[in-house]
Amino acid sequence: MVDITPADGIPPAEVAEMELYHPHSWWTKYVFSQDAKVIAIQYSATATGIGLVALVLSWLMRLQLGFPGTFDFITPEAYYQFITMHGMIMVIYLLTALFLGGFGNYLIPLMVGARDMVFPYVNMLSYWIYLLAVLVLVSSFFAPGGPTGAGWTLYPPQAIMSGTPGGQDWGIILMLSSLILFIIGFTMGGLNYVVTVLQGRTRGMTLMRLPLTVWGIFTATVMALLAFPALFVACVMMLFDRALGTSFFMPAISEMGEQLQHGGGSPILFQHLFWFFGHPEVYIVALPAFGIVSDLISTHARKNIFGYRMMVWAIVGIGALSFVVWAHHMYVSGMHPYFGFFFATTTLIIAIPTAIKVYNWVLTLWRGDIHLTIPMLFALAFIVTFVNGGLTGLFLGNVVVDVPLSDTMFVVAHFHMVMGVAPILVVFGAIYHWYPKVTGRMLNETLGRFHFWATFLGAYLIFFPMHYLGLMGVPRRYNELTDMTVMTESAHHLNSFISIMAFIVGFAQIVFLFNLIWSIRHGREAGGNPWRATTLEWQTPQTPPAHGNFGKDLPIVYRWAYDYSVPGAKEDFIPQNVPGSFGPSKEPA
Amino acid sequence: MAETLTHIGRTEPRPAGLQGIAADWSSDQRAFKNVSWGKAMMWIFLLSDTFIFGCFLLSYMTARISTRVPWPNPSEVFALRIGGSDIPLILIAIMTFVLISSSGTMAMAVNFGYRRDRRKTAILMLLTAALGATFVGMQAFEWTKLITEGVRPWGNPWGAAQFGSSFFMITGFHGTHVTIGVIFLIIVARKVWRGDFDTGRRGFFTSRTGRYENVEIMGLYWHFVDLVWVFIFAFFYLW
Repeated sequence: MVDITPADGIPPAEVAEMELYHPHSWWTKYVFSQDAKVIAIQYSATATGIGLVALVLSWLMRLQLGFPGTFDFITPEAYYQFITMHGMIMVIYLLTALFLGGFGNYLIPLMVGARDMVFPYVNMLSYWIYLLAVLVLVSSFFAPGGPTGAGWTLYPPQAIMSGTPGGQDWGIILMLSSLILFIIGFTMGGLNYVVTVLQGRTRGMTLMRLPLTVWGIFTATVMALLAFPALFVACVMMLFDRALGTSFFMPAISEMGEQLQHGGGSPILFQHLFWFFGHPEVYIVALPAFGIVSDLISTHARKNIFGYRMMVWAIVGIGALSFVVWAHHMYVSGMHPYFGFFFATTTLIIAIPTAIKVYNWVLTLWRGDIHLTIPMLFALAFIVTFVNGGLTGLFLGNVVVDVPLSDTMFVVAHFHMVMGVAPILVVFGAIYHWYPKVTGRMLNETLGRFHFWATFLGAYLIFFPMHYLGLMGVPRRYNELTDMTVMTESAHHLNSFISIMAFIVGFAQIVFLFNLIWSIRHGREAGGNPWRATTLEWQTPQTPPAHGNFGKDLPIVYRWAYDYSVPGAKEDFIPQNVPGSFGPSKEPA
Repeated sequence: MAETLTHIGRTEPRPAGLQGIAADWSSDQRAFKNVSWGKAMMWIFLLSDTFIFGCFLLSYMTARISTRVPWPNPSEVFALRIGGSDIPLILIAIMTFVLISSSGTMAMAVNFGYRRDRRKTAILMLLTAALGATFVGMQAFEWTKLITEGVRPWGNPWGAAQFGSSFFMITGFHGTHVTIGVIFLIIVARKVWRGDFDTGRRGFFTSRTGRYENVEIMGLYWHFVDLVWVFIFAFFYLW
C-alpha cells in the first residue's frame, strides 16, 4: 500500500460547507428539529410506540388462537381487524420507518461524514407527515366500525365490501389515506437519504469505502422510492373504488343477493400492484438489516468483513432482483404456467447473492476474535434465523410446493422468521450497539442478556411449531379451529403452547423498554468509542454528537471501514479518519 | 488518459469497461460531479414520480384491454363542435400545444436566469405559469363538458365505466402536478424578481439561500410534467 501522509494529495472539498439551521428555541431544537439525529429519535420513538400497539394486537390474536372460545370480546370480526392492523403496522409503520427513518437518519450523515442530511427542512417534514400517517392509522381504531379487517394485503374485492370489518365503514378509507400519507412522507425522507449518500460524502469517502450499513440503507431507500409508487397508485385506485364507486379492482359482484354497482374491474391488477411494492418491501426491511449485521459482526469479531465488494454487489443485486419476483406471491391467484416458471426461477436466483452474504458473514467470523457482546449475540442470532427463514423460502418459491402450502401456517412461520424475527433481531442488536453513541451510556448488560435469550429462544418456540402446523394443513387467518375434525389434538396443544410463548416473549420486550429508559440516567458511562470501532460515527468530538456532528472540520477518510486487527498497528482497529499506513490492510484496491 | 479518484491521494487511470463505470460512480465525495444537491434530488424524485405515472398508465391500459364492454371512441368523445362540424381532439391539440410551448418559455427562463437577467427570467417564468394555468383551465373546461354529457367516475353513456374513472384519475393527477408547478413557478419567479438569488436572502421556511440554479431545477420538474402529458396524450387520446 502506498504510504499516504495527510499533506499530500488530499483533494479539495468539492462542495462548500452546508449552511446549518441553528435552532433558536426549545421548540426548534427538540420538537420541530431539523437535525437528522433528533428526527431519527422522533422516528424511532413513534415507530416503537405504534409497534407496541401491534405487539398487543398479536397477543390478542394469540389469546384467541391458543384458547378459542374463551374470550368473548374477540369476535371473528375483531380477530380480522387485529390481524390486519398487526401486519400493516409491523411491516410499514414499524420496520420500514425504524430502519430508514430511524437508523437511516441517525447513521447516514454520521457514517458518510456529513453535517446533516442535505435538505434538513424536507427531512423534518418527512417525520411530521409520518406522524400524521400514524395518527390517521390509530384513529381508525376509534372510527365507527373499527379498523379495516381486510388482511394486511387489503385484497379487493373483499376489502371494500360490507362483509369485511371496516369495508363499508371508515376503516378501509383511513387505512388507505394513512398509507398514502406514509408514502408522501417517506419520499421526502428517502430523497434526502439517497442524495446524502450519493452527493454529500466527506473527502476520501468513496462509495466503496462506505460502511455496509450505509450501503444497505441506501439501496433499500432507492428500492422504496421505486416500489412505493405502485402501492400509492393501488391505494388511490382502491380509495376511488370505495369512495367514488369506480371499478378499477371491482368485478361484477353481488353481495347478500344484491348486485353491486361495480363491474369490469380486475382484482388481479391490485395484486400485481400490491406485490410489485410488497416484494421489494421485504428487502427494504432486509437490506438495512444485512448491512447493519455486517458491521456488527466485523466490529465485534475484530476482523475485516470478508469479501467487501461482493457484499456490496450482493446488496445491489438482491435489490435489483427483488423487482422481478413479485408474482411468486400470486401462484394461487391463477396465472399462465410459464409466468409461474419465470417467477419461480427469478425467486430462486435470489438465493445466490443471499447465500454469498451468509457465507461472507460466516467467513468473517472464522478465526475472528469474537466478543460475545449483546450486539454480537443478536447478530449471530440473525444469521441463524435468516438461514432458517430463507430455507423455507426455497419451498415456497417453487410453484408445485407452494400451492399446497399456500395460506397455511407454514407461510406465516416463513415470513415471520425471515422478515419479522430476523430484522427485529438486527434492530435490537443495532440499538445495543449504537445506544452508547446516542445517549453516551451503555445499556444494562444483565437485562440485555436476559432480553436476548428470552427473545431469541422464545421466537423459535413461537414460530418453529408453526411450520409443523402448516404442514398439517392448519390454515392461516382462521380465528378458530375447534370444529375442524381434520385437526389433531396436538395442533390444539401446540397452539396453546405458542400463545403462552408469545406472552413471555412480549413481556421480555417490556424489560428491554425499561432498560432503554433506565440506562439513559443510570447506564455505565460509555465514552466516545466503547466498541473500539472504525467508522466515523464513533470518532465524533462529542458523545452524543453535537449539532453539525463533527466540530469545526469534517473528517477526512483515509481507509475503508474494516481495518480491524491490522498486523503492525498499535491497536486492533484503525479508525477511518486516521492517516498513514500501518501494515497489510485488506482493503480492496 | 481518463482518471478516477479512487482513494485519498491516489488518482489512478480509470479501469476499462464495467470496472471503470463502477469506479467513476463510486468516486470521492460525489457520484455525479458538478451536480448540486437540489438538482440530484429533483432527478431522483422525478424517477420516483415516473413510477407513479407508469403504474397509473399501466393500470389504465390493463383495464382497457381486459374490459369486455366497448371502450368509448376518444376521437368522438373528445371532439368539439366548431362551425357546424365535429373536430376530433381539437381541444386536446390546443392544450398540448400550450403545454409544449410552456416548456419552451421555461427553457428560455433558465437561459436568462444563468445570465442573471432577472427581469426577463421572471417574466418568462410568469409566462410559463400563465400557459400552465391556461392548460389547467382548458382541462377544467374539458371535465365540465364531459360531466355535462354524463361521464362520471363510475360510468358513462358510451361504454366501459373504466373510461371515466381512468380519465378523471389520470388527467386529475397530472393536472394536480401542473397546478403545483404553477404555484412554485410563481414563488420562484417572485424570488427572482426580488433578487433573492443575488442578495442571498434566506427562504422563509428553509432558512437557506437560493441560487439561480433553482430556476433550472424548477424547469426540470416542468419539463417532466410536459413529458408525462405526451404519454397521457398518446395512450389515452390517440389510442
